Amino acid sequence: MTATDTRRAIQAVWRIESAKLIAGLMRLVRDLGTAEDLAQDALVAALERWPTSGIPDKPGAWLMATAKHRAIDVLRRSKRIEGKHEQLAREIEAAGDAAAPDLDAALDDDVGDDLLRLIFTACHPVLPTEARVALTLRVLGGLTTPEIARAFLSSEPTIAQRIVRAKRTLAESRVPFEVPRGLDRAARLSSVLEVIYLIFNEGYSATAGDDWMQPALCEEAMRLGRILAGLAPREPEVHGLVAVMEIQASRSRARTGPDGAPILLLDQDRSRWDQLLIRRGLAALERAESLARAPGPYALQAAIAACHARARTAAETNWARIAELYDALLGVTPSPVIELNRAVAVSMARGPAEALALVERLNADGALRNYHLLPSVRGDLLMKLGRREEARVEFEHAASLTKNRRERALLLERASACGATPA
Amino acid sequence: MRFMVIVRATKDSESGALPDMKILTEMGKFNEELAKAGVLLAAEGLQASSKGARVRFSGMKRSVIDGPFTETKELIAGFWLWQVKNLAEAIEWVKRCPNPFEGESEIEIRQVFEADDFGPALAPEVREQEERIRLQATRK
Repeated sequence: MTATDTRRAIQAVWRIESAKLIAGLMRLVRDLGTAEDLAQDALVAALERWPTSGIPDKPGAWLMATAKHRAIDVLRRSKRIEGKHEQLAREIEAAGDAAAPDLDAALDDDVGDDLLRLIFTACHPVLPTEARVALTLRVLGGLTTPEIARAFLSSEPTIAQRIVRAKRTLAESRVPFEVPRGLDRAARLSSVLEVIYLIFNEGYSATAGDDWMQPALCEEAMRLGRILAGLAPREPEVHGLVAVMEIQASRSRARTGPDGAPILLLDQDRSRWDQLLIRRGLAALERAESLARAPGPYALQAAIAACHARARTAAETNWARIAELYDALLGVTPSPVIELNRAVAVSMARGPAEALALVERLNADGALRNYHLLPSVRGDLLMKLGRREEARVEFEHAASLTKNRRERALLLERASACGATPA
Repeated sequence: MRFMVIVRATKDSESGALPDMKILTEMGKFNEELAKAGVLLAAEGLQASSKGARVRFSGMKRSVIDGPFTETKELIAGFWLWQVKNLAEAIEWVKRCPNPFEGESEIEIRQVFEADDFGPALAPEVREQEERIRLQATRK
């Protein structure tokens, strides 16, 4: 193996092992920041030794043993030698290899629990959302600071600081290291799902800059969702989220034209939709629906996405069903954006006039004042009603509101198309 | 990134005999690890080539050849579809796979084409179709 090959192999091992490693260490040292630092130390040791010694048969166990030895050193050398540090060090030594998470460990439940605990901790609501996202990508995704910075069009120092602050906040807040149960669980789970879906959406529809999509981020989010589904298989909204992501991702090959311009869902070539992802997404949706009598917001969004996925052509779309699902969704999570989406479904099911009335109401509300899709939808409805000049104004306004270069170009094209005489 | 991970056939897989119980159990555990890691997209075992067929293309001519096929080296016994970051990660996972057969065997890893891989090599008719789709979108 060349040095580059070995380095890549070590990085691959890191991607596979790091989350479990950090999770297991967190159980020992009771602090996410310390756990991550110890894990990084173990990685450094691996990068130093494995090029000559070769990658061990059980790399996870090697990393854990190395990290634990370091943990004992650190705890012993800690300036504030309070009794508990010495005690902790002794505990770790005494536990020996019994506490080492290992692929073959009979104590699979422990590893799962540790990982679940890590997920809940990284997504703790005491942290601001962007901190949760960065921390999750770091400790669960194994992404480096530069990778996270690139994904969110931020600078490395900003992300590095964000992660440092997040770890400090967690330590200072004395966040208890447990998997939330009972009353707390729903809210805590909701926070986790929000983080994962945020990562997905960042990849699916990049909010700024030139790239319409970042597939690697979508894949990362789906991976995290699937891991969570394996760890908490009886949570319907986890399966709901996985379903939404997989069905949406199934369209990625159809969403951009040859020059990178975006193609709207109704205009996409459905033969390019990934049937494997659709099949998986529909299966996840079924699981979600079988686990809860009343579908939650993710299951409902997945059901909407499933309506599109099941329609072989745009014309066969069951818009009435979609409008119903949006009604249900508004019942669980009222939001002006969802109301806008419902208006689109209503226009397809019952005509543009009724939909326009809904949109005018939204417009008057003012909540979507800076949201480019409101004037975009309004323009679309006005066009359908033959009010071309008003439509043009709306599209131009929409174009001015979006930061995404490609989206802006699409909207300006629609604006100029309003001026063209009908065929 | 997606990879197809292919278990190459051996005379054991071609004999149609069911794999050893121990191997089946270990393979099951491996698949479970893949699923828990969010990596597994699909996994299938393929029946012996005696249950299959080939269709040969020569100009407009099509001819059907029934299995079994004798060149075991050319055959496959099963496949997975994985979602991983890169080839290195796929290789690391394959290393953790239990040996699918007694004795020697081989597992091949192939990268799946993604949309952007096609780029300018897209066939002219397909590009024209996409151009038409794009123009339709702007005319609305």
